[in-house]
Amino acid sequence: MYKAIVMGASYGGLEALKIILPQFPAGFPVPVIVVLHIGDHDNEIFLGYMNEMCPLQVKEAESNEPIRKGFIYFAPPNYHLLIEADFTFSLTTDEKHNYSRPSIDVLFESAAWAYTKNLIGVVLTGANSDGALGLKTIKDYGGMTMIQSPCSALSPAMPGAALKIAHPEFSLKLEGIADKLIELVNSDR
Amino acid sequence: MTQDAYNESNTDLLNIELQLLMEAIYLRYGYDFRNYSKTHIKRRVLHHLGINMLSSITQLQDRILRDRAVFNGLLDDLSINVTEMFRDPEFYKSLREKIIPKLRTYAYFKIWQAGCSTGEEVYSIAILLKEEGLLDRCQVYATDFNRKVLEIAKEGVYQKSEIEQFERNYELSGGKNKLSDYYKSRYGSVIFNRELSNKIVFADHNLVTDKVFADVNLILCRNVLIYFEKSLQENVIGLFYDSLVPSGILCLGTKESIKFSRYEHLFDVVDEKQKIYKKKIM
Repeated sequence: MYKAIVMGASYGGLEALKIILPQFPAGFPVPVIVVLHIGDHDNEIFLGYMNEMCPLQVKEAESNEPIRKGFIYFAPPNYHLLIEADFTFSLTTDEKHNYSRPSIDVLFESAAWAYTKNLIGVVLTGANSDGALGLKTIKDYGGMTMIQSPCSALSPAMPGAALKIAHPEFSLKLEGIADKLIELVNSDR
Repeated sequence: MTQDAYNESNTDLLNIELQLLMEAIYLRYGYDFRNYSKTHIKRRVLHHLGINMLSSITQLQDRILRDRAVFNGLLDDLSINVTEMFRDPEFYKSLREKIIPKLRTYAYFKIWQAGCSTGEEVYSIAILLKEEGLLDRCQVYATDFNRKVLEIAKEGVYQKSEIEQFERNYELSGGKNKLSDYYKSRYGSVIFNRELSNKIVFADHNLVTDKVFADVNLILCRNVLIYFEKSLQENVIGLFYDSLVPSGILCLGTKESIKFSRYEHLFDVVDEKQKIYKKKIM
């Protein structure tokens, strides 16, 4: 039974997330945890805007916070976001990974350790290769893996790298991603 | 990423070996990582195994127990030394506007920066104090558990390539001069003026295992607590509480908070966003 969805997006990710995240209905039974490469900028305004758009509650993940369903969590800018074995968040200011902090790989790897096969990982549009190794780790631990099809992504490099390295189960157009995630989460309940 | 020796089939083994390693380090060397965030420790140890081509944590433990130098190597990988001058410029702005006027009322005061790493932030504080005419009225203590980074901090020498970022932060923080007024360039490095480091005492101190610092007026400890589990965070906030004079100031990292800790009601909030707190007079 899936217990969480982790998602990574970079260049073009803002637009992609605006399409995907509002589609998750109120009462969606798993938390959604997102790394978006946004630079050092404060993302308060963006999170406020997303919270207005989404039936689920959108917030920044906090250190030691228990992860709960009904929420969409974003990694804070300039911190790596990790998931602990007791399903709480931790933050680090470790060096950048793939020139990124937060890094998708760091979130995905720790999520795979915590949730093992009960996890779905999604790599969206982006101009680097962050998330590819993390998605492979999710697969190695028995989780479900998905990418935005490179040809449909604003920037194909990131889902392209994930495709090559992780061989994900699904490669979908942006419009089909939320529907498939909802189907997967509901189908094994 | 994950080491070859460890994969989805033996996660339990990995967790057992990690726990044993932390216990071994504590018993042998007195460094207590047992209540650090487990996932963070796991990442760092696996990274350490990878670069040292070791096949298991048990093998690493065997070497660590017998060879201090091997332990020091791991210690470097377990301590986070990513920092910058005037990191989070908004914080320094708030410090200048809201806290400096309070410090000005003291004839003499003490500042403690806990977890100073390679010193970038403590030099930032010294520069701020200098610009406010307070550097001669205070004693600054900068502590860390890692002696290697303390040595770097003492030198006050940084890479020239980093300076651009530091200058940008300094300007955004409301700096009154030019950052270059405080350092000299030398080959690919910059060295900060002795006038600053002369006011700073660099000392070995471990927040987890060492005792309070007495009667401090201002404590800065930014992006250290995020590495601790909740129980350890509580202990360390308690240590800060006990170290501060009444009305003393505590500054934490932007993603750290005393909210939900049992010390919450013992502090007033000075700046919610920049995480600046004032110890209440009881």
